[in-house]
Amino acid sequence: MPSISRAEVAHLARLARLAVTEEELDLFAGQLDQIVAAVAQVGQVADQDIPPTSHAVPLTNVFRRDQVRPGLTQRQALASAPAAEDGRFRVPRILGEEA
Amino acid sequence: MSELTRLTAAEIAVKVQAREVSAVEVAQAHLDRIAAVDHAVHAFLHVDTERALAAAKAVDDDVAAGRPAASPLAGVPLALKDVLAMQGAPTTCGSKVLENWQPPYDATVTQRLLRAGVVVLGKTNMDEFAMGSSTENSAFGPTRNPWDLDRIPGGSGGGSSAALAAFEAPLAIGTDTGGSIRQPGSVTGTVGVKPTYGTVSRYGLVAFSSSLDQAGPCARAVLDAALLHEVIAGYDPLDSTSIDAPVPPVVAAVREGATGDLKGVRVGVVTEFAGDGYEPGVTAAFTAAIEQLRDLGAEIVEVSCPSFDLALPAYYLIAPSEASSNLARFDAMRYGLRIGDDGTHSAEEVMSLTRAAGFGAEVKRRIMLGTYALSAGYYDAYYGSAQKVRTLIMRDFDAAFAKVDVLVSPTTPTTAFKIGERTADPMAMYRADLCTIPSNLAGNAALSVPCGLSDGLPVGLQIMSPALQDHRGYRVAAAYEAARDAAQGGPLIHRVPELEVSR
Amino acid sequence: MTTPELMDYAEVVDRFDPVLGLEVHVELSTATKMFCGCPTAFGGEPNTQVCPTCLGLPGSLPVVNAVAVESAIRIGLALNCEIAEWCRFARKNYFYPDMPKNFQTSQYDEPIAFNGWLDVTLDDGEVVRVEVERAHMEEDTGKSLHVGGATGRIHGAEHSLLDYNRAGVPLIEIVTKTITGTGARAPEVARAYVSTLRDLLKALDVSDVRMDQGSLRCDANVSLMPSGTTVFGTRTETKNVNSLRSVERAVRYEMTRQAAVLASGGSILQETRHFEEASGTTRGGRRKETSEDYRYFPEPDLVPIAPARDWVEELRGTLPEPPAERRRRVQAEWSLTDLELRDLVNAGALDLVAATVAAGAPPADARSWWVSYLAQQANNRGVELTELPITPTQVARVIALVTDGSLTNKLAREVVDGVLADEGDPDQVVATRGLKVVSDDSALTAAVDEALAAQPDVAVKIRDGKHAAAGAIVGAVMKATNGQADAKRVRQLILDRCGA
Ligand SMILES: [Mg+2]
Ligand SMILES: [Zn+2]
Repeated sequence: MPSISRAEVAHLARLARLAVTEEELDLFAGQLDQIVAAVAQVGQVADQDIPPTSHAVPLTNVFRRDQVRPGLTQRQALASAPAAEDGRFRVPRILGEEA
Repeated sequence: MSELTRLTAAEIAVKVQAREVSAVEVAQAHLDRIAAVDHAVHAFLHVDTERALAAAKAVDDDVAAGRPAASPLAGVPLALKDVLAMQGAPTTCGSKVLENWQPPYDATVTQRLLRAGVVVLGKTNMDEFAMGSSTENSAFGPTRNPWDLDRIPGGSGGGSSAALAAFEAPLAIGTDTGGSIRQPGSVTGTVGVKPTYGTVSRYGLVAFSSSLDQAGPCARAVLDAALLHEVIAGYDPLDSTSIDAPVPPVVAAVREGATGDLKGVRVGVVTEFAGDGYEPGVTAAFTAAIEQLRDLGAEIVEVSCPSFDLALPAYYLIAPSEASSNLARFDAMRYGLRIGDDGTHSAEEVMSLTRAAGFGAEVKRRIMLGTYALSAGYYDAYYGSAQKVRTLIMRDFDAAFAKVDVLVSPTTPTTAFKIGERTADPMAMYRADLCTIPSNLAGNAALSVPCGLSDGLPVGLQIMSPALQDHRGYRVAAAYEAARDAAQGGPLIHRVPELEVSR
Repeated sequence: MTTPELMDYAEVVDRFDPVLGLEVHVELSTATKMFCGCPTAFGGEPNTQVCPTCLGLPGSLPVVNAVAVESAIRIGLALNCEIAEWCRFARKNYFYPDMPKNFQTSQYDEPIAFNGWLDVTLDDGEVVRVEVERAHMEEDTGKSLHVGGATGRIHGAEHSLLDYNRAGVPLIEIVTKTITGTGARAPEVARAYVSTLRDLLKALDVSDVRMDQGSLRCDANVSLMPSGTTVFGTRTETKNVNSLRSVERAVRYEMTRQAAVLASGGSILQETRHFEEASGTTRGGRRKETSEDYRYFPEPDLVPIAPARDWVEELRGTLPEPPAERRRRVQAEWSLTDLELRDLVNAGALDLVAATVAAGAPPADARSWWVSYLAQQANNRGVELTELPITPTQVARVIALVTDGSLTNKLAREVVDGVLADEGDPDQVVATRGLKVVSDDSALTAAVDEALAAQPDVAVKIRDGKHAAAGAIVGAVMKATNGQADAKRVRQLILDRCGA
């Protein structure tokens, strides 16, 4: 029986970039616990030697010719931007991995 | 209600070409109907009167000039699910995150519709990012079922199914990831088809679960669905999962089926999709439909697909996992909602605040579930196992289709439930897609055709066909539909109660 | 921040064995991006080489660039790798504003090429075999510009501006297995590996391999283990290493830094470090609060790649002669010393000289022009040798004109200057600048007589048999003829006139 802790929910929320309130931590923990318990039965095939299926179609080698296609203009690209400056998307300061 | 709105798509197209009625009149009749009833139904998120009339006018001009029709559906109005990109109109996916977003490009499906002279009336309501079975998860309020306005129209494509049942449009486009075309079709007494995965381009369809999503036709009659199917299907080099093969001959299959002869057709009844959890009224309607098929000459056999019991759990791992990744792009950086950009918050904080404010509860729940299922240490037990189940389900289908031509089941275990009834219980909600999910996991074709009423509410018959054999299901559905209407003295959809009309 | 203690290098290699791992990212020079038809050209106006797919717009889908796959396979083959029978793309999930989908479409546990090696020749001729773990396909990110803050760096910036022209450009990531046993030569091995790899990629014609423009980037993983032990220490990954010299310096710096930490009883943090070109040091990054969990899974929007064996063999047939073998051949054919060969290679002139020789020039002359005068001109202009506006054919023509006596070396340099100044082909420059050697004896004789008359004392010396004194008269004649005289002929005429 899975039991998902609040700390684990907080970690997931951070990975998924979802700001969560204290109440939501409890709510999600409870709901995830319930759902995960229900879907965990797929685990019964985990040890079996069955090839996984990732795609419903049996296609391989679908390629595109290396030929330029018209794209968007700068104006079109930036048309929906919440903020733009000098032809670029303006975003809040990025906390870098480097100091 | 104008008689024009009660016509089938096929009838409208013929009348327009014969100049019995203009496409503009047809479009106007539907726009008037939307104006009259959509306040109660709320099928549409966006209605584009001007462009619809302009498109209709273009068809009339073609007719007047004696130019050949762009397609067998030229001049027929259609309601487009708001998950498909269309330039010049918002595409919201039922989410606050995309409120007011206008795509700078057309989805391939949209492009094919426009080129076919189909008149797009507007964009229909849906569960946010197609996650739901009731359309209650739309950020812009629920859609109501025209059969009973207190009930859900199914989901996620409840806007499209309700628009058909309310006679606001004769055609609609839906998308089906776990049943989002078929289950709404079932609970609104309309026809909904999930084509074989890879036969309708996903380019421009805002992805929920890439390996499961498939757009398809919705209509009030099987022939109309087939005509629309042939307009939107076909190879697209912009979608790597698109199959480069001829579109299955679905219109011809409908014409063949309409002759009422199913001799030599072997129909398999999935034994797993019965029993507890299936409403007696649903079971009764389904059983009667099977008898009808037998009367038409079909051979009925029982088929067991034991792995189908694991389809629902596998789906609720695969779909949220893919969704957690697909929805990562809604981060407030390039388009859509942005919250908290006041100079005090970092980009990362703005992302988190925006996603917290912009996504609804169900979307957040599935993102969290998918993030969990893909995380290190859990992948094998959850996502990996779900993919193995997917293999088992495909094997069950292969074994079944070695014995029968099509498989049948109820489309959904219950009729339309009341709005609000299941919102607090995600697992109860998820069970609405119990019977539809296997075909998404395996990628084969499946459709839902109305098969009677239970306590005045529609029941759906699901017909599943092997991949690329979509026409088999259409043939059986068309034969059944003709027999059903003959037995009941007219189309089932005409028994939908009159809606209160404003103005 | 205090400057960290460093251990003397000799002591480092005495007490520790370095372990290296090198990750090289190469931007392919395909016409279009990895998954969409946008152009990859460098330096366009921001956000003008974008489309729904590389901007990550809702509903957009990727389609794999055939030439990128072909390049990946050719790179794999050139690195002596096995080519996968079947492989897939995966999604690497993490949020970063320069990544439009917030996942990178990359290969994870199923790379297209794996298990290869590259032989690397060090300066003294020693050959080190570097094992290659894998070469896989992925896509580049966009570029951010950090605005505000004192340094213009990411830290302290008030906001950032994003340009997605580079987002989706095809990358091949080449990862070595751990490189051990190189001792004191570890930094040199690292540089030589990147240098050899660069030459190989250039010969394959799959990338511009410009480290300064970021089309070839190296991340250096370094760790130390006490001499004689076999358990790897904690490693650091140094990024922003933008030149061959920096590769060597970064590895060496990390060795001395880590050794000092370990010797003082400290432990190495597993972290990403940033190389500082100016100081030749590395600095640590901001610590991540939580460990990254990339949640890889097979990319559902792309189908698997299963390169047919005959296609792979066909591509094997397109591989150029490996650079190391080519060098050995050229050295023999052109009779070069090791030093001459190295100068040629270091100047990046091998291809140019070969082309000049192919255009008919003697190897010695071709080499001399490219590694001396032309290298100097390139240096003055701050460009690569290949970027000089002169072709090997033009250089060969200049050499031919010198050989047949039409030009002196001095005049030849003027002709080259003319070509570089965009005045046309060598023959055109000769014509328009009037640079032909003056070989008309009567004109020269008059100039000689004039010079002898101007310096009678020198004339006397020559007549007395002091032939060396003729130099002064030659100089005067050359000056009088603006250098267009054949100096040898002038000297002969002087001696004739003086009856010497
Ligand atoms: Mg990488
Ligand atoms: Zn692009």
